[in-house]
Amino acid sequence: MNPASLAALRPEEQSDLAREIVTPEGIPLRFTLARAGDRAAAFALDMLVQVLVLVAVSWGLSLATGGGNASWLTAMVVVLAFLLVNFYFAFFEVRWQGATPGKRRIGIRVIDARGGQLETSAVLARNLIRELEVWMPLRFLLAGGLMWPDAPGWAQLLAGCWAFAFLFMPVFNKDRLRIGDMIAGTRVVMQPKVVLVPDLAQEASAVPVFAPAGTRPVAAYTFSPAQLAIYGVYELQVLERLLRTERFDASYLEALRTVSEKVRQKIRYEGQVSDDERFLREFYAAQRAHLEQKMLFGQRRQDKFSK
Amino acid sequence: MQAATMSAPRQMRSVEFRKEREATWQALEEMIAAADKHGLRSLGAEQLARLPHLYRATLSSLSVARSISLDRALIDYLENLVGRAYFVVYGTRQHLRRQLSDFFLWRLPSTIRRARWHILISAVVMLAAAVAAFQLTRADLDHYYAFAGDMAQGRTPASSTAELRAGLYDTESQSGALVTFAASLFSHNARIGILAFATGFVAGLPTLLLLFYNGLVLGAFAALYHSRGLSLDLWAWMLPHGVTELTAVVLCGAAGFQLAHGLVFPGARIRMDSLREHGRSAAVIVIGAVCMLFLAGLIEGIFRQTVTSIAIRLTVAGTTAVGWCYYFGFVGRRRDRQDAAEREAPAGQAAQAQAHAHAPGRELAPQMSGQMEVAR
Repeated sequence: MNPASLAALRPEEQSDLAREIVTPEGIPLRFTLARAGDRAAAFALDMLVQVLVLVAVSWGLSLATGGGNASWLTAMVVVLAFLLVNFYFAFFEVRWQGATPGKRRIGIRVIDARGGQLETSAVLARNLIRELEVWMPLRFLLAGGLMWPDAPGWAQLLAGCWAFAFLFMPVFNKDRLRIGDMIAGTRVVMQPKVVLVPDLAQEASAVPVFAPAGTRPVAAYTFSPAQLAIYGVYELQVLERLLRTERFDASYLEALRTVSEKVRQKIRYEGQVSDDERFLREFYAAQRAHLEQKMLFGQRRQDKFSK
Repeated sequence: MQAATMSAPRQMRSVEFRKEREATWQALEEMIAAADKHGLRSLGAEQLARLPHLYRATLSSLSVARSISLDRALIDYLENLVGRAYFVVYGTRQHLRRQLSDFFLWRLPSTIRRARWHILISAVVMLAAAVAAFQLTRADLDHYYAFAGDMAQGRTPASSTAELRAGLYDTESQSGALVTFAASLFSHNARIGILAFATGFVAGLPTLLLLFYNGLVLGAFAALYHSRGLSLDLWAWMLPHGVTELTAVVLCGAAGFQLAHGLVFPGARIRMDSLREHGRSAAVIVIGAVCMLFLAGLIEGIFRQTVTSIAIRLTVAGTTAVGWCYYFGFVGRRRDRQDAAEREAPAGQAAQAQAHAHAPGRELAPQMSGQMEVAR
């Protein structure tokens, strides 16, 4: 990344995975779709939990019954295995608002694709279909020969391709939809991280300024409206990203110096600048105040190229 | 003029706005963190009642921030916070018990009533296969091997009539393995049922084959016992659980057809929308069918092996048949009517909401500015 040019610091990353939904209140929200790797990892974790539960419960039951009533024991394990395989995901997604232990660990969630309430029937639909999507290919892989012993090779190959086409469906469509997501109208998205950082503009104005008692503190650098009319929102937010970089090494200082020089050149700033960071922070505050003021009157200047 | 420039440390609106609202956001943030960590139930009634208010307030903050603030970090924060809160507020929320009663007393029978045509097709396919196999096997018993070869379990035309009869009234031999047998039967049947639904996604062809095959086995069996004069005994043996089990199989088939219908014939709607609606209702039907298969497994594993009287067996079969007819035909009708009435009354509103939900990706910030100026 070359910090010398403002445009090189693109604020929008991975926009091909960003999806918008409209909440029932009518406010658009943006979510990032979960990546295939995350989903696979969550699935593997959930499978691990299922196996562990099954083993633990069978073991506990066999201890409790003392190995006496074997038929009841087997029956319970058979039913438990069935319930686990088919309802583990649905159970947790209903109870934990779209998360399972694996999903929660990885930080992904199921939501309604249109932004409404996540319905139980949708959760059931998306998980019942795993029988076709996961278990059938898996059974085919593990016991293909047993299922269809005298099949010719080509038929086995064909059946294998057919089965695995379903498993790898999420890779083939741009919304990363599993068949279950298609028939249920759901999506799996990343759980966003919530961090509230201090406001740069407020910080800038809080920089101690030595002013005579009784007068308002003045900023060290001042900008004329003409100077503030050059950049737009895009440049402002790129600058914000630079200033929020939590790195205080030589390359950061270098970047600050280059950007500060560029800005001064562009807006024809004539005063002396001794502290590049301070200058940029105050320029940011002034520029933002200016652009927000304009925005209140319905003029949003998108970037330095807009009129 | 220079003195009046914008860089004076006068408070910006967006800064003031943040100061005013920050407490609300933080309260919501804490609540969401607690809910994520210890579950929604850990919040307690009072906090739970506050949650929607905080959510709405923060949502409106987001709207305002999008229109008045250029602080990217702030907007990101609000978007993420609202997103997290959205999961909690619009994730599935009802209590499990309430949901269960809702499901069995209204949703399931109502969904099944609406799927009657799919059910009819499913039943006809299975019956047709059964009748065909019955006629063919009756004409030539050798067909039996073709139709029911895998499922025969020693019951073939080569068995003597006495052996076949003994199979229908066997009470001792399996008594130990009875429960295991019932359990594995249930899980096997349920898996096939779920598969019949899931393969609906492949245009329903495998569903059709599964139903057809099931019918063939049934018909071949009936023909075999018929040829030995054991028809009544066979039906008395099969129907007590068979009424429930076969109905469940037909329902699973219907669910598969419904899914296929949504996929192949979306009608006037977008294919994805149609699939989503049909998929959800099909899933409801399958869950009902799985529950029925569980009941059938219980009857089959326990009742059938302990009661051998034809009269009692047939009475039980008849009772289950009447019971299911009543359940699917009449339970939850009142709620159906209420819903229909509600749908008719504010039809305009509902249509509007629908149109809104469909609004394709609107551009974020610029358009919001007009709507939410009220906030200050």
